[in-house]
Amino acid sequence: MSRTATTDAALLAQGARDRARTRSLMWRTLRNPLSMIGMIIIGLLVLVAAAAPLIATEDPLQTNVAERLAPPSRAHFFGTDTLGRDIFSRVIYGSRISLRIAILTAVIATVIGAPVGIVAGYFRGRLDDIAMRVTDMFMAFPRLILAMAIAAALRPTLENVVIAISLAAWPAYARLARSMTLGLREENFVEAARALGASPPRILARHVLPGVMSPLIIQISLDMGGIILTAAGLGFIGFGAQPPTPEWGVMISEGRNYITTQWWVSTFPGIAIALTVLGFNLLGDGVRDVLDPRLRGRIGA
Amino acid sequence: MWSYLVRRLLLASVAIAGVLVIVFFLSHVIPGDPVGAILGPQAPQDLIDDLRQRYGLDRPLYEQFVRFVERLAHGDLGTSLATKRPVIRDLIEFFPATIELATASILLGVVVGVSVGVISAVTHGRWIDHAVRFFSLIGLSMPVFWLGLILLYIFYFKFGLLPGPGQLDVFLTRPPFVTGMVLVDSLIARDFDTFGNAIHHLWLPAIVLGSHALVGIARITRASMLEVLGLDYIKVARAKGLAERTVVFKHALRNALLPIITVIGIYYGGLLEGAVLTETVFSWPGLGRYATSAILSQDFAAIMGVTILIALIFSLANLVVDLAYGILNPKIRYE
Repeated sequence: MSRTATTDAALLAQGARDRARTRSLMWRTLRNPLSMIGMIIIGLLVLVAAAAPLIATEDPLQTNVAERLAPPSRAHFFGTDTLGRDIFSRVIYGSRISLRIAILTAVIATVIGAPVGIVAGYFRGRLDDIAMRVTDMFMAFPRLILAMAIAAALRPTLENVVIAISLAAWPAYARLARSMTLGLREENFVEAARALGASPPRILARHVLPGVMSPLIIQISLDMGGIILTAAGLGFIGFGAQPPTPEWGVMISEGRNYITTQWWVSTFPGIAIALTVLGFNLLGDGVRDVLDPRLRGRIGA
Repeated sequence: MWSYLVRRLLLASVAIAGVLVIVFFLSHVIPGDPVGAILGPQAPQDLIDDLRQRYGLDRPLYEQFVRFVERLAHGDLGTSLATKRPVIRDLIEFFPATIELATASILLGVVVGVSVGVISAVTHGRWIDHAVRFFSLIGLSMPVFWLGLILLYIFYFKFGLLPGPGQLDVFLTRPPFVTGMVLVDSLIARDFDTFGNAIHHLWLPAIVLGSHALVGIARITRASMLEVLGLDYIKVARAKGLAERTVVFKHALRNALLPIITVIGIYYGGLLEGAVLTETVFSWPGLGRYATSAILSQDFAAIMGVTILIALIFSLANLVVDLAYGILNPKIRYE
């Protein structure tokens, strides 16, 4: 009994070392100037989203036909759209939507993908085969097409966009979690836990999961930009958020017919998307550079 | 090599079978009523029943699925509810435009991407390299549909350098249908004005659709070149006094090509995804637009047809990549 306790303590110490390594990883990531810029962009985005009511000059849904399609001015920094809504305020509020989609998608895709991958990789056999064939099927689709079909089947709303992109994204995370688990299950500390009679759920949750999480988080931070682009694309073709929601993709599509004469309607939400995605890409690249020093300054183009 | 090929083909067909199941059940979960959408709310009930029966929508789901697979084996994808034509005919009509666009995009992406990547690797650490890395990150961050709108604004509306949306100018008639690809068909018909016009129309959408692939290819080329340029045999080649150009192109690039070819295949499959958005922006009469309108009008048969075709091409692209890998790199000849 006491023996179990000491070994458990040893295993927990290993966990603490893992966490310390993760912390220093974050620290090294932030020292890279490019990922620092990414961090600043994301930080600003979070700030803007949180303080949207304070920053926005008008109600993002307030129409004012008398001032429709007004060019950028002191009163309307980014001009107004076809219904006279203030584009600046809509872009500001749009940050909330994009962030929410990105975060929820990341969480849901991980919650589905990680357990599937861990269980498949740990128990192997039939279960593993089935899980991997299922991910094969999902991965035979381009992500946007699958998300389009799902979003259409479920009716296009913001919540369903999240569900659609998560369903399209989880297989990649399941694959990653599985390959990490395949390595971890042969590790001494997992074998020790097994020898001590720890139940499989306990082994998976306490000893395998922590090891799987950090590569997953890195992969997700790399995918974040892509998720936001997919969501915006869905909004643009009408399968995502619906008007009058101030979603950036929807706003670009609303300005499509005015691009010749009123360029500002589509331009500003587009810049907002590009900046956000750039922020996530810079950050993700930085994390990867640190993880794989061999590639430092190479792939991180 | 052969057993590997067979294994890969088997795996791909299992994935395709799964795709059929997913697509079928997904499209039947769609809560709307397609027959009602066509006939409108005032349609008499017996007409609705008649149509439902004609399209087999009144049968149980599994029965519909079995019949669907049976017909599929005969190359019958059903009839589109929206265009009232066999889906296979719709696909034959819309697919070539997408192939044309995707091929032009990948060509552009490979030619420009590899060149930029090589330049970036050769000037490693200098300002050209930094500029390339900076702009490639910006390029990766822009939504393609937005980039399309902005380029249309600049090159079409503002300066009139390139034509607007569509595959041809409106007053030109399409050449007779042979392959369905305007470029090829106009050459077959010896209609060089139409050919030139089609090329003109192809530039903007190809740039837009190819932009992400271009950046990806440039990044991989750069990384791969840097890796190879640091190897001993390159030092030997330089020490022998070979011209730098020979070293870079003959010795380094050839060996750096392997990872580049892998991503090219992956990007070609991925282009079909970008095609949906690009075709929407440029009113391009391709598969992406067909898919969008099929999903919006809840056209079961059309949705299934498009998705199956796309999944097929996607799997095929992956298969080709894996095989090319084996052929190009003797070290990885599959047992």
